[in-house]
Amino acid sequence: MKILSTTQYVMLAAALLLGFGWSLSGNAASQKLVLTGASTIAPLAGEIARRFESLHPGLRVDVQTGGSARGISDARNGIASIGMVSRTLKPEENDLHAHTIAWDGVGIILHANNQVTALSRQQLIDIYTGKITTWKIVGGRDAPITVVNKAEGRSTLELFLSYLKLKNSDIKPHVIIGDNAQGVKTVAGNPNAISYVSIGAAEYEIIRGTAIKLLPLDGIAATVVNVRNGTFPLSRPLNLVTRGARQGLIRDFIEFARSEQVHDLVEAQYFVPISVR
Amino acid sequence: MIWSKHSISSPSASAEPAPVDKLVLWLLRGGAGIAAALVLLILLFVTVESWPALRHISVERFLTDPSWNPGESKYNLAPMLSGTLYAAGGALLLATPLGIASALFIAYYASPRTAGIYRRLIELLAGIPSVVYGFWGLTTLVPLINQLHPPGASLLAGILVLTLMILPTITLTTHAALLAVPGEYLRGAAALGMSRWGMIHGVALPASKTGIVAGIMLATGRAIGETMAVLMVTGNVVRHADSLFDPVRTLAANIVLEMAYAMNDHRAALFVSGLTLMLLVMALSGVAGWLGRNRHA
Repeated sequence: MKILSTTQYVMLAAALLLGFGWSLSGNAASQKLVLTGASTIAPLAGEIARRFESLHPGLRVDVQTGGSARGISDARNGIASIGMVSRTLKPEENDLHAHTIAWDGVGIILHANNQVTALSRQQLIDIYTGKITTWKIVGGRDAPITVVNKAEGRSTLELFLSYLKLKNSDIKPHVIIGDNAQGVKTVAGNPNAISYVSIGAAEYEIIRGTAIKLLPLDGIAATVVNVRNGTFPLSRPLNLVTRGARQGLIRDFIEFARSEQVHDLVEAQYFVPISVR
Repeated sequence: MIWSKHSISSPSASAEPAPVDKLVLWLLRGGAGIAAALVLLILLFVTVESWPALRHISVERFLTDPSWNPGESKYNLAPMLSGTLYAAGGALLLATPLGIASALFIAYYASPRTAGIYRRLIELLAGIPSVVYGFWGLTTLVPLINQLHPPGASLLAGILVLTLMILPTITLTTHAALLAVPGEYLRGAAALGMSRWGMIHGVALPASKTGIVAGIMLATGRAIGETMAVLMVTGNVVRHADSLFDPVRTLAANIVLEMAYAMNDHRAALFVSGLTLMLLVMALSGVAGWLGRNRHA
């Protein structure tokens, strides 16, 4: 029995090693594409990949999440054929090529019963850095503000911080959350909370009757339409990034992901297709 | 005493053991070996993964850095350590008396019918997935505490949710320990004319102490390691809590919140928080073992 359990153990270890080696060899095999990166893009990329596979029999597209930072590093050192990055590339990342497949907007959300209808950029900065602590100062009821922030590393956090020109350590949060859904639930359950989430996710929840509302920014309503026409200030591109010149399957996949054939998939994820812009 | 090892070696030690015994022996040795190896492998893996951070970030920086901002190379774990201990300690303070009282009620006071129903209910409580507790906490408990003292997502909410989660563990293990008290002890106590409380206080509880402590240790482990439910209700701000209404982040929640997006040193620092969590649990079980030995030597 000892021998059998040892054998099983070795088989398990071998299976794990095989799986690991397999994922590493992704870009070496000609009939396999590996995409890694932003969790915002991954569900969309997965849908696009499924449709792409049905058009190319024998091809497998593997989509893994791990954040924009992983998308950058995996594309850079060749672990993934294509990286998924939910922001514009930074100057130090210009060794990579970015191909925008859709746009996403980040909107400020409040509880539906909050009387505040608009906040200026300066008011947002003061609220998030703890200088304004009650809704009364910005025209709401006399109640303390609950500041909801995202956890370190989220691309929504990065986008939000760069819009307000703040560092994360400047922010004085009362609640820190992980994903968009948790943000929506936190605000829906607390009439005095303020948070920021993807506009697509927020619009979806509002249509389903969740007690939240989206605030306009710089006088522009936070709607998918305004993200699409490029006027909404807090928006970000969803990019596929590659190292060097794209060719073969990688080029085909990127062109497919940017074509009109996937617009229905982009819209189903509450993102905004590119060519309509 | 009741938890002491029972030796069941065959009466005729010289005789060759039956083949089935031999099979079972090797099967059990294999299973125990795998279980022990797993713990060591996990410890090894976590240490290896946290090594890149430990190599060029000195250990005291994890306790003395000004804040936890991995994006700005600040890695202070101390507020999360205190948050973990506050949440688990608070939950234990609430759940231990409640759990022991429930077990005593089932074992000695309730009618068999009531005891059966009550026990079923407690077992049901033990079977609810932690994310359900978290969701209930987020949608019901947090808004309630928010009315009392904003922002609602707080240490108190975490303690209450954890209490609910470890209460069944303590109740069920205490009840099992009480059932294991030999009947003749209780009959002897009754024959001496002791009151019911005198019997419980003087005989049943001392006789089942080791089992009860073991249950509390099990519950402590769960309270320290619980992640999803705590993550949803405690607010997750990295700061030492000054009051029950302040938000806290536990070590386990820190890993889940940030692991998906962490790279390089940040990722290794998260493994350091995992390592800290493991060392904490090991230290606790060590202390519990030492206490057990000293009291019952």
